[in-house]
Amino acid sequence: MIVAEEVSKYYGERRALDQVSFKIGAGEVAGFLGLNGAGKTTLLKILCGLLLPSSGRVRIDGIDVLDQPREVRRRIGFLPEQPPIYGDMTVRQMLGYAGRLNGLTGGEIGRRIDEVIAATELTSVADDLVAWLSQGYRQRLGIAQAIVHRPALVILDEPITGLDPKQIVGMRGLIRGLAEHHTVLVSSHILGEIHQTCDRILVLHQGRLIAQGTEAELTTQATGQVQVVARGAAELVQQTALKTKGVSRAEVEQTDDEVVTLLAEVDGLGGREALVSALVGAGVGVRRVAEVEAGLEAIFLRLTGSSAARSSAG
Amino acid sequence: MTTAWLVAKRELHGYLMSPLGYVIVAAILLIDGLLFNGFAMGGERLSYAVLEMFFYFLSGTTMVASIFITMRLFAEERQTGTLTLLQTSPAAEWQLVMGKFIGAYLFLLLLTALTLYMPLLVLVNGKVTWGHIFAGYLGLALLGAACVAIGTLASSLAPNQILAAVLSGVLIVALLVMWMVARKVGGPVGAVVGYLSLFDKHYQPFSRGIIKSETIVFFLSLTYAALVSATAVLGGRRWRG
Repeated sequence: MIVAEEVSKYYGERRALDQVSFKIGAGEVAGFLGLNGAGKTTLLKILCGLLLPSSGRVRIDGIDVLDQPREVRRRIGFLPEQPPIYGDMTVRQMLGYAGRLNGLTGGEIGRRIDEVIAATELTSVADDLVAWLSQGYRQRLGIAQAIVHRPALVILDEPITGLDPKQIVGMRGLIRGLAEHHTVLVSSHILGEIHQTCDRILVLHQGRLIAQGTEAELTTQATGQVQVVARGAAELVQQTALKTKGVSRAEVEQTDDEVVTLLAEVDGLGGREALVSALVGAGVGVRRVAEVEAGLEAIFLRLTGSSAARSSAG
Repeated sequence: MTTAWLVAKRELHGYLMSPLGYVIVAAILLIDGLLFNGFAMGGERLSYAVLEMFFYFLSGTTMVASIFITMRLFAEERQTGTLTLLQTSPAAEWQLVMGKFIGAYLFLLLLTALTLYMPLLVLVNGKVTWGHIFAGYLGLALLGAACVAIGTLASSLAPNQILAAVLSGVLIVALLVMWMVARKVGGPVGAVVGYLSLFDKHYQPFSRGIIKSETIVFFLSLTYAALVSATAVLGGRRWRG
């Protein structure tokens, strides 16, 4: 659905995005996670055609955003941080305007407005002026205007900003529901939000994509810690682990006479495979290998921290 | 053109639903009425001269009205975030600019039409021709189109409504005083600068009941140039951010 290849964006001399590449499949709910100023909004604006990249290519549904920008925009619904809605229109008028602007016509528009109002639970305020709506309803209307023309891709920038806890729960359900008919991209700096709504997470930091994957995959990438329960001499296990390429730290604890527990810091999945292979090769009886789990917050801090360290080292 | 008309209707709706639209109409009509009654009708004048003076005053209020009508076009949408809705839609930049221009221009024409009772009073009580009235209003319509287009350009450039009003005011005043610059400069350059004089060179004949094709071409060219520039500004923002 989305293919981004080495996308960079400069505002004057300042680099907001640095060679970001990723792919997102149809029907996925993907989340961009990053601190404020990480480049999330810039990236979303490029994906929805509001900005053009300084270099690199972006294709939506196989169409290049530079070659056919209007065709790309036809396939996208966008909710920016501040919902683009007019206070002097009613909810129905607003959706009618957004729909027509995006190519809906005639009898189709009335039917579609009713569907979207029902889907976003705006029925009770359908004939109210937008200026009268609460923040929660405004966000819902923002989503409604983004999906009224049945776009293949829906992009939501910080969709829970300003909502109370009850509204946040409702919004999560609404976003998950969108996945039935659309590919959904969500950006947030709130970890829990991305965790609860997205299948896949892309972590942006200082304009660079520093990690991507499911939460479990990120856990492995970020923690890099595995626990190995094995039969063998403690010293042999530790020495073998430390000699293995991709293992930076190894601590061994004697569990009983024969069994030891190794806590090792490995470099991704490759490091883990190499460690197990080396232990088996040394005659150690590997009984169990498990990731050391960490919360998403710890993962995020570790990823952004290690990225910053790499930047300063480079 | 359907999209441009959709944007134009939304713009008209915005004027008619906002207090600002009514304040502009009321203030301009009040000033027009006072100027007509206090100056154009004051003293002993031929009805022809009364009508000429009426169109002279109305050109000023038309330019002021254009500035206030157009300041919101893009600048307000940028401030409230609704410009995103337009710019992420499949609409082309020229459609958005044309829509905004048509909406603002129709509102200005509506306002101008409400002044028609004044020349009709002169027509009924004096000796003026329909042709003079038609020429005067044609001049106003052309002057209004150029000023609304300049205001549209200013609004596409400015980050907020106040700066948009200031910028379009500066541009219009600059075009008004071109005749003075032309006199100072002289020679072929002075002639070119003088050609750009909005009022002196191009509007005045209309207020006297004279229609010249070259002045029509001037106003239409100015309108076109401003709208093309506004389209380029909107397109350029996608690159610059």
